[in-house]
Amino acid sequence: MARKSARDRMSNEINAGAMADIAFLLLIFFLVTTTIMEDRGILVRLPPWSDDEPEIVDLNQRNVLSILVNAQNQMLVRGEPFEVENLKERAMEFIMNPNNDPDLAESPSDAVISLKNDRGTRYDAYIEVYNEIMAAYNTLRDEASQRQFGAYYDDLSLAQRRIIRAEIPMIISEAEPTDFGEED
Amino acid sequence: MSRFRKKRGKSSPSIQTASLPDIIFMLLFFFMVVTVLRDAEIIVQVTTPEATELTSLERKSLVHYIYIGRPVERYQHIYGTSPRIQMGDAIRGLGDIAMFVGEHRLRVPENQVPAITTSLRVDQEVTMGIVTDVKTELRKAEQYKVNYSTRPRID
Repeated sequence: MARKSARDRMSNEINAGAMADIAFLLLIFFLVTTTIMEDRGILVRLPPWSDDEPEIVDLNQRNVLSILVNAQNQMLVRGEPFEVENLKERAMEFIMNPNNDPDLAESPSDAVISLKNDRGTRYDAYIEVYNEIMAAYNTLRDEASQRQFGAYYDDLSLAQRRIIRAEIPMIISEAEPTDFGEED
Repeated sequence: MSRFRKKRGKSSPSIQTASLPDIIFMLLFFFMVVTVLRDAEIIVQVTTPEATELTSLERKSLVHYIYIGRPVERYQHIYGTSPRIQMGDAIRGLGDIAMFVGEHRLRVPENQVPAITTSLRVDQEVTMGIVTDVKTELRKAEQYKVNYSTRPRID
């Protein structure tokens, strides 16, 4: 009697053989429904809307880098044709002004990049230009944080980031687009 | 010759499957974590442009999507071929944006409302006119945090 019940207890395990089947079923369900969405992009902050005409701020000409992208997706920087490939370098030079050029920004915190496009400008041309400006600022902030804290900007603490941001603020002014170009 | 003698060994070799459920469960949990259950049917075709300066959006519950692009072929007889705005799973107009943003605000705890992000999934061939109109509506709705959804550029 005692021997029999001992053997019973031995075989008293839950049969886990079907567990794999259940797990497989769930796995296949999630495999099928998964869409690994790449949720990445360029994060921007829009300015608040006001119904009044914006007041005209008189900026020193040297502190503004005006970029125009027209409906043919061509770019003008300060009125001269320009290639997107060189925009990052140009923007970085404008913001930092290493040689104290009287035509470039007085200091990084005074630098304003003015971006204007037509209603017919293609979205990818606009994003490409915006991306280059972001790249310029990100590179400069990385350089500044390497110099001051010896780490990349992304690895800094919030307080340290605030210092870098105060030193190199990102001021991008977007004008209302002009009505040129064909929309469809 | 001794190599051929072992006939007895043929019947017993079986693969140990006891750890199979563990492996499968591991895969299962991986997919459960990365899964985003798609809530919207795609009506407009969107191929986002490429960029290098990317930020990833972390809190999925604080993100809503606005799609801008040409309707896919199946819906072209209803919506035409020019770029349209899709919010949720329907084509909506510019006037609906404020309401769409407002609905999302109601679903989120009050202290997290400023962190709500609008992700603009815009087709690369769309012109800026419609994008600017959407941006203007977002500004009017006091929704300032915007993400231009892009693909990473592979050089």
